[in-house]
Amino acid sequence: MAEIPDRGARRLPGGKPKYSIFSLMRGARHYHQNWQRAWRAPQPKKSYDAIIVGGGGHGLATAYYLAAVHQMTNIAVLEKGWLGGGNTGRNTTIIRSNYMWDESAAIYEHALKLWEGLTQDLNFNLMFSQRGVLTLAHSWGELREMSRRVHAIRLNGIDSDVLDPHAIKKLVPIINIDPNIRYPVMGGFLQKRGGTARHDAVAWGYARAADDLGVDIIQNCEVIGLRRQGGRIAGVETTKGFIAAPKVGCVVAGHCSVLADMAGIRLPIASRPLQALVSEPIKPELDTVIMSNAVHMYISQSDKGEMVLGAGVDKYNSYAQRGSFPVPEHMLTAAVEMFPILSRLRMMRHWGGIVDTCPDASPILSKTDVKGLYFNCGWGTGGFKATPGSGHVFADLIAHDRPNKIAAPYALDRFQTGLLIDEHGAAGVAH
Amino acid sequence: MLLIECPYCGARDESEFSCGGEAHIRRPLAENPISDAEFAEYLFWRDNPKGVFLERWCHDAGCRRWFNAARDTVSHEFIEIYPMGALPKTAAAKRAYDASWRRKTASEAAATSRKKEGKK
Repeated sequence: MAEIPDRGARRLPGGKPKYSIFSLMRGARHYHQNWQRAWRAPQPKKSYDAIIVGGGGHGLATAYYLAAVHQMTNIAVLEKGWLGGGNTGRNTTIIRSNYMWDESAAIYEHALKLWEGLTQDLNFNLMFSQRGVLTLAHSWGELREMSRRVHAIRLNGIDSDVLDPHAIKKLVPIINIDPNIRYPVMGGFLQKRGGTARHDAVAWGYARAADDLGVDIIQNCEVIGLRRQGGRIAGVETTKGFIAAPKVGCVVAGHCSVLADMAGIRLPIASRPLQALVSEPIKPELDTVIMSNAVHMYISQSDKGEMVLGAGVDKYNSYAQRGSFPVPEHMLTAAVEMFPILSRLRMMRHWGGIVDTCPDASPILSKTDVKGLYFNCGWGTGGFKATPGSGHVFADLIAHDRPNKIAAPYALDRFQTGLLIDEHGAAGVAH
Repeated sequence: MLLIECPYCGARDESEFSCGGEAHIRRPLAENPISDAEFAEYLFWRDNPKGVFLERWCHDAGCRRWFNAARDTVSHEFIEIYPMGALPKTAAAKRAYDASWRRKTASEAAATSRKKEGKK
């Protein structure tokens, strides 16, 4: 087991300067026009010790832990757009660790424990809120399956409780527990330590802390080729020229197959759109995250008051960052029946992100046939919750060129050995 | 909402269809010796191109028949719709078929030709 920082203890470096009431007052004097840059905008050097491709949450977390834990500070993060502009800024910010299999419990619980001290670690307010995540069951079969999962989850030391409809009604007064609706609420299970965090802040917090340790974060720099030299990686071709590095970590979610193709390796990934939408802001109504796997719906209320709703994944491959209407329509019809107060809410924004779905609904953290080339992908519909754990474990894999205990089961060779980590079940369908 | 031209029923809404993923994956013949790695190419490894993609669709809320399609994964435009078991005819779709790494795999070789002698 990798070492996990204590909750609240700020032992990892990076993340200066401090924001305070005084800096806020100073900022106010200048109408908040002259705030210092949170990270530099460097030009790429000719070579680095390691390059991380992809400036989303997972990529920035990887860079931060490489610098903070493994003292690899001569590294760069290359991002083709802007930081956190991909799936990091497009998800519904749900965090939980109630997965059934031991391998999943290990990595997601590792992430959750890191989340619990992350605001301190990064010296950046992530608005991490452990408001509880409630997953609903809509049939007897689903409820029985859920109880089985809850027992498995608890055996791994992760908090999880089954609730009956009346306990759910008490927890979530706006829910409709009428047994005659299309998706009746038959019960559910609650992880109290689950919750939400502000997704942009996660990218910014990691970027700021990594930059403070000397990591070069280079935006608007697209990787257009991976250069191989014999059996190993030599560097990356980018829109800003060739950059040499003996180690390259690819953390590009939906585009992982495109990058793998540049290196001539294959992945079992299918890239699909996943959609979400937010309503106009209303008064506080919902202080729990509610998920339903049967409907493929998840809903929470942001601190701004917007209802944040996530739908299921579209049925065909796409790189277009937009989804088709039938998917959110199906989710919304069920959501309105389950939460009647939603019926008169206007939806303000609707968007899609391209997720990298894996045949067993579990991620890939792996070395490849090309020495020095590593892939972190396949998080599919549920990568946000794992951001710190994924970065921490992947940094360890890159630094030592061997997977640790948590990463080992997620190697690519599981698709040859058959040792899949099948999380398609209740805890793995919607994330 | 996509309007998909079912070859048997005509243009219908996408909600009537389901997508079966990559087309032209051939199962290795039982009599051919094949390693686990090669079988994984057939079972798990998937083409996931940004651009023209050859895939299978089923009109499951209509005639329930399968067909192949060449579709662009960025614009979502259907370039060609052709029957199961056939190869695409348009230039772009043909190119995508020939360029696919799957054409060079051992699993596909084991699916198309009979027994290789002496191996494994």
